[in-house]
Amino acid sequence: MYEKDKLDKILSSYQKWEENKIVKLIEKFPERKKTFTTGSGIEVKRLYTPLDIKDMDYEEEIGYPGQYPFTRGVQPTMYRGRLWTMRQYAGFATAEESNKRYKYLLEQGQTGLSVAFDLPTQIGYDSDHPLSEGEVGKVGVAIDSLKDMEILFDGIPLDKVSTSMTINAPASVLLAMYIAVAEKQGVSSDKLRGTIQNDILKEYIARGTYIFPPEESMRLITNIFEYCSKHVPQWNTISISGYHIREAGSTAAQEVAFTLADGIAYVEAAINAGLEVDEFAPRLSFFFNAHNDLFEEVAKYRAARRLWAKIMKERFNAKSEKSMQLKFHTQTAGSTLTAQQPDNNIVRVAIQTLAAVLGGTQSLHTNSRDEALALPTEDSVMIALRTQQIVAYESGVTETIDPLAGSYYVESLTDKIEKEAMEYIKNIDNLGGATKAIETGYIQKEIQNSAYKYQMQIESGERIVVGVNKFKVEEEQKKEILKVDPQVEIVQKKKLQKLRQERDNVRVNEAIATLTEKAKTNENLMPYILDAVKAYATLGEICGALREVFGEYQQSVIL
Amino acid sequence: MNRPIRVLVAKPGLDGHDRGAKVIARALRDAGMEVIYTGLRQTPEQIVEAAIQEDVDVVAMSILSGAHNTLFPKVVNLLKERGVTDRLIVGGGVIPDDDIPFLIQSGVEAIFTPGTSTKDVVEFITTHVKRQ
Amino acid sequence: MNIEDRLLAGDKIACARLISMLENNEKEAEEILKKLYHKTGKAYIIGVTGSPGAGKSTLTEKMAKKLREEGKKIGILAIDPTSPFTGGAILGDRIRMTDLSLDEGVFIRSMGTRGNLGGLSKATSSAIKVLDIFGCDYIFVETVGVGQSEIDIVKMADTVLMVLVPNMGDDIQAIKAGTMEIADVFAINKSDLDGADKTKLEIEMNLDLNENKDFRPKVVKVSAIKNKDIDTLLEAIFEHRDYQMKTGNYEKRRINNAKQELLDLAKEDLINLIMKKAVENDFLNTLVNEVYTRKKDPYTAKEELLNLLLN
Repeated sequence: MYEKDKLDKILSSYQKWEENKIVKLIEKFPERKKTFTTGSGIEVKRLYTPLDIKDMDYEEEIGYPGQYPFTRGVQPTMYRGRLWTMRQYAGFATAEESNKRYKYLLEQGQTGLSVAFDLPTQIGYDSDHPLSEGEVGKVGVAIDSLKDMEILFDGIPLDKVSTSMTINAPASVLLAMYIAVAEKQGVSSDKLRGTIQNDILKEYIARGTYIFPPEESMRLITNIFEYCSKHVPQWNTISISGYHIREAGSTAAQEVAFTLADGIAYVEAAINAGLEVDEFAPRLSFFFNAHNDLFEEVAKYRAARRLWAKIMKERFNAKSEKSMQLKFHTQTAGSTLTAQQPDNNIVRVAIQTLAAVLGGTQSLHTNSRDEALALPTEDSVMIALRTQQIVAYESGVTETIDPLAGSYYVESLTDKIEKEAMEYIKNIDNLGGATKAIETGYIQKEIQNSAYKYQMQIESGERIVVGVNKFKVEEEQKKEILKVDPQVEIVQKKKLQKLRQERDNVRVNEAIATLTEKAKTNENLMPYILDAVKAYATLGEICGALREVFGEYQQSVIL
Repeated sequence: MNRPIRVLVAKPGLDGHDRGAKVIARALRDAGMEVIYTGLRQTPEQIVEAAIQEDVDVVAMSILSGAHNTLFPKVVNLLKERGVTDRLIVGGGVIPDDDIPFLIQSGVEAIFTPGTSTKDVVEFITTHVKRQ
Repeated sequence: MNIEDRLLAGDKIACARLISMLENNEKEAEEILKKLYHKTGKAYIIGVTGSPGAGKSTLTEKMAKKLREEGKKIGILAIDPTSPFTGGAILGDRIRMTDLSLDEGVFIRSMGTRGNLGGLSKATSSAIKVLDIFGCDYIFVETVGVGQSEIDIVKMADTVLMVLVPNMGDDIQAIKAGTMEIADVFAINKSDLDGADKTKLEIEMNLDLNENKDFRPKVVKVSAIKNKDIDTLLEAIFEHRDYQMKTGNYEKRRINNAKQELLDLAKEDLINLIMKKAVENDFLNTLVNEVYTRKKDPYTAKEELLNLLLN
C-alpha cells in the first residue's frame, strides 16, 4: 500500500525506535506479560505500522462499502442510511405470554421480532412427549400447532414486522405455520419478511437440536430454498450460524471457517438440487457472535465478508453482487456472561455491541445481564436494548462507515483471520466437505480443543475474567429472576388434548399419510407440510412422520 | 483409593449445550478418573440404567435449559427405587441460587454454576465420593 | 442375598459390581469366579475391532438389536484406551448405543485398558466370564484396533469381526502388514460411500494371497447408520461359527484360549511374586545397575532373579 522507499524508511525508523526506546526500557520495566494475545490466542505485537500491511492492495482487499469484496460493509451508506435492526430474541412459556412480550418490545422501539422456541418445539416433539418433561416453555415459547402460532402473532401485522425464528430441524414446519397465520390475517406470502435459522450443520457441530440425518436434513433445507424463491421471495431462507460454534468454545477464526464451510455445503446442496446460484444465494444470511476482544471481533466480521465474497465469486461463479454479500445478524456472547456480579455483564455487552456495530452488522441482539442465571427479566431486557440505542445514537461510531479500516492492527488482524479460516476450509474440503468433516468429528474436536484450552487459561489465571478469577466479592444473588411457571407444561398439554379432540382428525390423518408418502419421493415437501399444518396436525405428528421415513441422526463425539 | 473413580457425565433433557459437560469430562479424565459420557438427550431412566451398568461412583449431570428441578430429582429417586444409594450425585448448569436448596434437599449433593473451576469439581468429587 | 446369588438371579447391579471388583483386582471377586466358573462357556463371544471412527459401536448396536428380536440376551464390553499419563479415560461408546440403553436384555459396560498398555486386560476376560454367568447368549467385545488389543482379542473371541471403512488409503497397508490374519469376518461399513466396492475388492485380493488358511473370511458391505445388511453380516458371523463347530475348530480354539489364559494368569502371578521378593533390599535395582554397567550380563541376572523363587 506504500511506496518501497517509504517503507524502507519506516522500517529503519521502527527499528531505531525499538532499539532506543524499548530494549533498555523493558530490561528495567518488563512488560506485563511475555506474550500478548487476542481473545482467541492470536499473538499481538507491541505496535503495528504500515509494515504490517505492506502487501495489502487497497482496491482489491479493502475497497468500498457496497462493492466487492465488501470488506467495508454490504451497503453503500451503511448506518448513515439506516441503523441496524435491533432485534431482541425473546419467547417463553405459552404463546399468550410471549405475544404480550413482543407487543411490549415493539412499543419500546424494537424494530423486528425474534422468536425463541422451547426445546421440544426445536426438536419436533409435542409438549406431551415423554422427552418434553420439564422442558415445556423453558427456553422459549411452546408451539404445538397452528393454534399456538395464531395466538403468538395475534394483533401483530405480519406485513409490517420482520420476524426471525430460531428454528432449525423443523424449520419447514414453523415457516409453514407462519405462512398459514399470515394467510388468515389476509397477508399473502410474498409480503412476508424475516428469517428462519434453518442451519442444521451447526446443530450437529455445536447446538444439538438436530432431528434427521444430514442427507435428509439437507433435502428439507433445499426444499425451503426452492419454495421460498417462488412463494416467499423476501424471506431469508437460512441464517448460517457461527454464533453457537463460538459459544461452544471455538476461536474467532474457527467461527468464520466453520460457518463459511457450512455455507459452502448449503450452496453445493442447492446447486446439486438444480437451483441457480444467483436464484437463492441472495437470500442466504449469516449469524455471528460478538465476543469480548473488540478489535479481533471487528476484524472477524470484515474477514468473513471478504472471504465469502471471494468464495461466491470464484468458487461458485456467482454473477449477482447480492450473492456475494455476506449479511449477518449478531448476538453478544452468552458464554462471556458471568453469574458472579451480574451487573458487570452490562459492560461486557456494551463492548460487544460496539464490536458488532464497528464490524458492520445488519441486526443485533444484545444479551441481558442475568442470562447466566436464568431467562432475562423485563428490566434486564430493557437495559440490553438501551445499550444498543446508546451506541446507535450517542457514541458517534455510526457517523462514518467502517471507521477502523486502515488501522494497521485491524487490517493485519483481518488478514490473519481470513488466512487462518481459509486454511481450515481447505482441510475441510480435503475431508470431503463440511458434512463429512462433521461426521468424522473433525470440526467438533477442533472446537473442543479450543474450549478446553480457554478453560485451562482461566483456571491458571493466565486469562482474567473479572469477578470470576479476580476481583471476587462475596455476594448474594438478586432475587428477581424470571421463572417459568411449571403450570405452563400442564396448560400446554391440556390445550393439546383439546385440539386433538376438536380438529378434523380425518383431514389430519390424510395430510400426514400424504406427507409420509411424499417424503419417500424426491418431491418438494413444503406444500404437503403446509397442508398438514393447515389441518392442525401438530408439530410432533409432522416431525414424527418424517422421523419414520428419514430416521434420526446419531451424535458424533470424539473427546 | 488405588483405583480410578468412575464418573458418568450425562446430559439429561433436550438442551444441546455440551461445552461444559465435555470440558468437565476431559478435566476429570486428566485427574485420573474413568469418565463415561452418555451424549445428549438422555432421559432420567437412561441415565440411571447407565449408572448401574457402568457401576459408577459418581453421576454428574449438566442442564442449561432450566429443566433441572424436574430432571435432577428424578434421577436421584429412580436410583433410590433401584436400591442404589451409595453414589455421589452432582449437577451443573445455568441454575439460579434459589433452586439450589431444593436440589440439595432432593439428594443432589453439589450444584456447580457458571464460573466454577474444573479443579473445584475434581476436588469435590475426590473428597465426597462415597465408595472406597 | 449375596452378590453371586444376585448375579445368578439376573441382577444388573450385582453384575456391574462384580465386574468392577474384578477390574480392581479384589480377591473376593476372584473367589466368586472360582465358584461360578463351571457356569461359563455358554455364551458366544464376538470380538469387534477396527480403526477409530469405523463405526464399531453403531454396528454393534445394530447387531445386538437384531439378536434381541430373537430374544437373545446380549452383553457388550466396550474397551477404550486409558491415558498412560494420567490413568484416566473417556469412555464414549455408549453414546452410539442409546437405543439399547433401556433394553432389559442388554448389558453394556465400558472399560478402560488401565495398566495394560494398549492390550486387553485380565479384567476383560473376567468381565466376559461374568456376563457369561449372567446369562448372555452373545457377548460383543469391542476394541479399538490399534496395537496389542487387536491381537489380544483373538485370545478371547470365538469370531473376530474386523470393521473397515472405504477409502482408508494407507490403512489397508497396515492391515495387510499384520492383522489381516486375525479376522474371521470383514465388515465394510458406510457402504453407501464411494469406494466401498474398491475396498471390498482390495480385501478379497489380500485374502486370495492367503490360500493356506482353511477358512476364507466373508467380506460384507454394511451401513450401520442406515441399518442396512446387518442380517447378512450376522449370517456371515454364524457361518463362521457353524464352520468351526463342524470342523472341531471351535473346540480347538477354546482349548487354545484356555491354555493362553492359564499361562497369562500364571505369568502375571509369577511376575508379581518375583517383584515382591526382588524389591527387598533393593535387589532388583542392584541387578539392573549391574547389567547397565556391564558388570553382569542380563542372562545371569535373570537366573538370579528366578532363584529368588526357589529360596
